[in-house]
Amino acid sequence: MTAETGIGARVRRKEDVRFITGRGRYTDDINRPGQLHAVFARSSHAHARIGSLDISAAEASPGVVAVLTGADLAADGIGSLPCGWMIHSRDGSPMKQPPHPALAQGIVRYVGEPYAVVIGETRSAAQAGADLLDPDFQDLPANVDTASAQSAAPIHDGIANNLCYDWVLGDESATDAAFASAAHVVELDIINNRLIPNAIETRAALGDYDPGTDVLTLFTTSQNPHLARLVLSAFVGLAPEHKLRVVSPDVGGGFGSKIFIYAEETVCGWASKRLRRPVKWTADRSEAFLNDAHGRDHVSKARLALDATGRFLGLKVSTIANLGAYMSTFSSSIPTYLYGTLLAGQYTTPAIFVEVKSVFTNTTPVDAYRGAGRPEATFLLERIVETAARQLGMDPAELRRLNMIPKDAFPYQTPVALVYDTGDYQACLDKALALADYAGFPARRAEAKARGRLRGIGLSCYIEACGLAPSRLAGQLGAGVGLYESAEIRVNPTGNVTIFTGTHSHGQGHETTFAQVVSSRLGIGLDQIEVVHGDTAQGQFGMGTYGSRSLAVGGSALMKASDKIVTKGRKIAAYMLESEPEDIDFDDGVFRVRGTNKTKTFGEIAFAAYVPHHYPLEELEPGLQETAFYDPENFTYPAGAYVCEVEVDPETGATRIVKFTAVDDFGQVINPMIVEGQVHGGIAQGIGQAMLEACRYDSESGQLLSGSMMDYAMPRADDLVNFDLDVVRTDCTHNPLGAKGCGEAGAIGSPPAVINAITDAIGVRTLDMPATPLKVWTALQAGTAATKRS
Amino acid sequence: MTVKVTTTVNGKPVSGDVEPNTLLVHFVRENLGLTGTHVGCDTSQCGACTVHLDGQPVKACTMLAVQAEGHQVTTIEGIGQPGNLHPMQAAFQENHGLQCGFCTPGMIMAGIGIADRAKGTTLSEETIRIELEGNICRCTGYHNIVKSIAAGARDM
Ligand code: FES
Ligand code: FES
Repeated sequence: MTAETGIGARVRRKEDVRFITGRGRYTDDINRPGQLHAVFARSSHAHARIGSLDISAAEASPGVVAVLTGADLAADGIGSLPCGWMIHSRDGSPMKQPPHPALAQGIVRYVGEPYAVVIGETRSAAQAGADLLDPDFQDLPANVDTASAQSAAPIHDGIANNLCYDWVLGDESATDAAFASAAHVVELDIINNRLIPNAIETRAALGDYDPGTDVLTLFTTSQNPHLARLVLSAFVGLAPEHKLRVVSPDVGGGFGSKIFIYAEETVCGWASKRLRRPVKWTADRSEAFLNDAHGRDHVSKARLALDATGRFLGLKVSTIANLGAYMSTFSSSIPTYLYGTLLAGQYTTPAIFVEVKSVFTNTTPVDAYRGAGRPEATFLLERIVETAARQLGMDPAELRRLNMIPKDAFPYQTPVALVYDTGDYQACLDKALALADYAGFPARRAEAKARGRLRGIGLSCYIEACGLAPSRLAGQLGAGVGLYESAEIRVNPTGNVTIFTGTHSHGQGHETTFAQVVSSRLGIGLDQIEVVHGDTAQGQFGMGTYGSRSLAVGGSALMKASDKIVTKGRKIAAYMLESEPEDIDFDDGVFRVRGTNKTKTFGEIAFAAYVPHHYPLEELEPGLQETAFYDPENFTYPAGAYVCEVEVDPETGATRIVKFTAVDDFGQVINPMIVEGQVHGGIAQGIGQAMLEACRYDSESGQLLSGSMMDYAMPRADDLVNFDLDVVRTDCTHNPLGAKGCGEAGAIGSPPAVINAITDAIGVRTLDMPATPLKVWTALQAGTAATKRS
Repeated sequence: MTVKVTTTVNGKPVSGDVEPNTLLVHFVRENLGLTGTHVGCDTSQCGACTVHLDGQPVKACTMLAVQAEGHQVTTIEGIGQPGNLHPMQAAFQENHGLQCGFCTPGMIMAGIGIADRAKGTTLSEETIRIELEGNICRCTGYHNIVKSIAAGARDM
């Protein structure tokens, strides 16, 4: 029965009907009686002291109910927005964590930082009030540049050189020794461009305080409602946990940017309590550009040592990572444990050393964006590997193959902390090269040349650490929370089930995938399964959806809970069928006494559990409802090989992707259709980073220049092609699903493939992202000039 | 000061009092409670707000509510319901043309427009990609949206 709907089936999504008919329910679709509207007053200066702030005109503006400032927030004891991951510098000292008030107090440190909120009967009344706020900003020196941040004027009191931490990983002396013995050394300066996530639904928050129960309900666009409740209670002090309910309904994309605890949701919750009326805020796109945490922004120097045959001996990396003006919820962990630990990639490099200096600048806080640290690691590694191949005159595929961890070497301990459990990197590469017709490329290049076009091909072999967990390891590395997941299965008396998961979908199709897992396990149809998520008052607990952890961790918790249901069901069946639980088989929804035709269906057992007339009440409680928490042993390690082929018009620098091939190993796949969709979306964001997207600040004024969709190029349908996908399967060895996670792969694997292809096409060594036509054309001219000179 | 707007939305006559500067998308969402039409930007770049005005796709954030006076507005709620989907809606589900679903109403409304304009000709993938220029999806990479629109157009 469940073969067409269970694990591995390409079923259509259960959640789609509401989305395609306009019946989705996103945060901004929710309104409450008596609701007020919040408009945030934001800094127009990159760094300034607020000399004085007169709120009287705004307060007197028609329809304005309140004007609240940082001072009011402090007076009410609302605390700083915390960073949840402690990092230590190489000298053992803890990172410097400056206070991050939800509304600036005394000093603003980036353009867009909120310093007051105006609350009105309507949004336009609040806006009119906010327009009357005109603080006396006294400019302070501003710096928005990553590379020079350490020598710029200080941004926070007591933080020398704007340095948050100076972190290292790996064996420096072994790495130096590797370089000393190397036949070849390859060096590359690499910038990973800052990105703005741009989920199409902007963030929104609605605080709804009930004075009768003293419960504050916060509706918010969060990927992580349980974590939001925990942080807002335990650290920010918004309300005690049992008096705070966080609901995130349908969420319109996030890509990391909706994990974090932001000023606006904090303020809407606090203001609702203070004013005893619902308070709502919905960002416009300009606010999203200014205030959603940005991603990436690394400046690195990389060196790779090789022996005479091309074997990697050592890798040394020095990175400056921009944190922005304040620390966001996870920001400290991204350039460290999610970056440095991935620098081994798919290769057997014996000695690796990485140092990361994370700096403050007068820019929007930077945090996780799709892939978070792993795209930065992969970009660096796959660019330097490609460069090495060219420097040594080797085929890039051959150089990779020569250095790949062989499939019989797992579990594999890398020199940068991680133990990969399983993989088959050569198989991925072989499949990708075949699918991309790598062998036929020279002919295509020649044909393009005849048309006056430059054709290039680029490879990228990525690995990532997904399924964020395990708690014990995360704790040792400085995480402030556990990284497990919970699941609850309530079997209703009539035999259908309601599943509660602590993860939360923002487009990944959990309502379908999770139902498929349970359908397979309990042998009931998809239409008998309802998945509930995103409401702390309903689900038990969870750590949210990010780092491709939902299925690997959340799905595994669901497997555990399902198994508990079956175990109890077996006991009930044994009693009813006058047998022993050990003698009961359960398959496809039927309990059967082994070797007999005595059976009870899942529905009959559920009914008996709730109508316990003929039931072992001495041994078993009535009801059929089980909970499980799953804390994995290790990360999961999806990996893959990507091939990008481009054509450049040498007259204009305009570049088109003509073919894109992705072969991934995600372990067991629950719904191939959904997985393919995830890869498509990831590749689009990776190509966006490689070719289009750039967050730009004016170096003098610190103004955000790419502050709207008119100035920040988002990939559109005609920028992209159809992608050719395939998979290789090695199941994760330590979770019961064998699943590894697929959400970030495309964003990690594609940028180096694209840049390797373009640099191949135009014959240059380096090219910074995004590879705009101007940049490509300029590089081409410089390359041509250099060739002419030599 | 408010003004009265009288128009037809999803075949039903409606009217409401709005500020003169109220955008059509806000009128539809807030006055009429039809929240299927979304707002994704403030620069008319994303197309999340696409509705039909007299059968043509338009961005509802680029028009004032008062400009819809006397016209026929169709929103995503007006083209098909659960159990009775429009072929374009069905094609999006069949081809996994959506993930978070936020851009989806605008994509479907734009897709119907593309299919209408192509009536009688074969709709190439390239044409769909070019005509989808005004709509941004951040989730799907467009691969399946393009497939969905091609399929929806065949079935319309
Ligand atoms: S909201 Fe209308 S185009 Fe973006
Ligand atoms: S499906 Fe999420 S923006 Fe298109």
